[in-house]
Amino acid sequence: MKKNEVLKVENVSMKFNLMEKKVDNLKEYVIKAIKRELRYQEFWALRDISFSLNKGDRLGILGLNGAGKSTLLKIIAGVLKATEGEITIKGKVVPLLELGAGFDLQYTGAENIYLYGAVLGYSKEFIEEKYDEILEFSELGDFIDVPVKNYSSGMKARLGFSIATIVEPDILILDEVLSVGDAKFRRKSEKKIMTMFEKGVTVLFVSHSIDQVQRLCDRSILLEHGRMIANGSTDEVSKIYEDKINS
Amino acid sequence: MNRACEGVAGMEVIVDRVWNNFKKYRFLLAELVKKDIKLKYRRSYLGILWTLLEPLLTTAVLTFVFGNLLGKGGRTYPVYILTGRLLYTFFSNSTKAAMKSIRKNSGMIKKVYVPKYIYPLSTVLSNYVIFLISMIILFFATIVFDIEPTWHLFQSVIPLSLLLVLSLGVGLILSTMAVFFRDLEYLWTVLLMLIMYTCAIFYHVSDLKLGNRIWLFKLNPLYLIIVNFRNSMFGNPLDMEALVLSAIYSFAALIFGVVLFYKEQDKFIMNI
Repeated sequence: MKKNEVLKVENVSMKFNLMEKKVDNLKEYVIKAIKRELRYQEFWALRDISFSLNKGDRLGILGLNGAGKSTLLKIIAGVLKATEGEITIKGKVVPLLELGAGFDLQYTGAENIYLYGAVLGYSKEFIEEKYDEILEFSELGDFIDVPVKNYSSGMKARLGFSIATIVEPDILILDEVLSVGDAKFRRKSEKKIMTMFEKGVTVLFVSHSIDQVQRLCDRSILLEHGRMIANGSTDEVSKIYEDKINS
Repeated sequence: MNRACEGVAGMEVIVDRVWNNFKKYRFLLAELVKKDIKLKYRRSYLGILWTLLEPLLTTAVLTFVFGNLLGKGGRTYPVYILTGRLLYTFFSNSTKAAMKSIRKNSGMIKKVYVPKYIYPLSTVLSNYVIFLISMIILFFATIVFDIEPTWHLFQSVIPLSLLLVLSLGVGLILSTMAVFFRDLEYLWTVLLMLIMYTCAIFYHVSDLKLGNRIWLFKLNPLYLIIVNFRNSMFGNPLDMEALVLSAIYSFAALIFGVVLFYKEQDKFIMNI
């Protein structure tokens, strides 16, 4: 891996086995196994994807629905294991969970800060250090001691965003999440992302909004049916994407 | 010779990697155990007091039914019941919770990388903590029923540790299989019933007319663990046969659970 590289994706492919009919209990499984009726359909969500990112790159990932964008992000986040290929990562990968999908709803906001921080792999001391900053950025005030299940979707988004960004990730993954919250918060979160760029955080950004990608990302790749058909500057790639949409 | 060395070196690399990963998520493990315990009692009125009350009440009922009504047991009968009941309850609760742990945390698993074994592990550990707290009841019962403590008490560490190993192993196996087979939960409830009745919680094995068939009980690792726990409580030396058998079962379960979990964990996300 070259000196400045933080992420290297090499010939990554992802195959899913889709059962013709979902079998999720023992009885059916045994019966079908005996009758040799267990049939799988192979679905290649990604085929031979290769690219690399240097520190501070902002990569936009464009593509229509079903192109494989979320699958690729999941593999980079470590949630899915690629069927083929290799991923090399230097540094901490933090995915921004939409509306706090990782929160425990019975826990208060404060308790969730520690929990989510722990989930991301940070130590207790580090979270204690950053706690006040997170609280302030989220603008939740006294609500931080209320169980998250009583939060509005905007509050959950603010909490999730605050935690994910204050904890100084090396690589930040944004999967179509900058469109949550009210206009004021959206502006604040975009501003925060920009300061992170200046600090040299590498970002992977998936969005359907070409405008946002053009604003935030300097490089982009275009996926179609699991294959990477373009890799270059955002200007070039977004033009190819627009042509495809309009064709 | 070379291949053997490579094999060992390969193992060392894996163990090293797993250990470093574990160290990184130590705080998360602690947080998950804390959360389980906190939330278990947050909305209940008596809270953690239930951990002490529940075994007390069930023991009272069992003593009454089998002691007074059916005339069994002897003076220290309630303690006899309690020793079996507490250990069984831990095994039952922790394996059931571990079984559901992957599905319960599916939201998190689909979004962030976390070593997945941490979910069944944290549920078994949190149940173990609660189990240790419930031992307070046992402590008081021994005082009330005049059971003299002997140095054999220290031997209780062994069956109690084996209990944890066994529950972890079974928990890992169940948590893996439950991802792919949703009806496992029902099956396990029935199996637990069988295990419970063959643990000799409220009867003495010597009371049964078994003859040669006593070996059936020796197939139940929980029974063997309870036998030795009772030995240490009532001032008897440990039963070596029970000890060896229960150790073999427990570690076999753990090894099998770890291997099975490790092999199948990458497929979890596609089934939850």
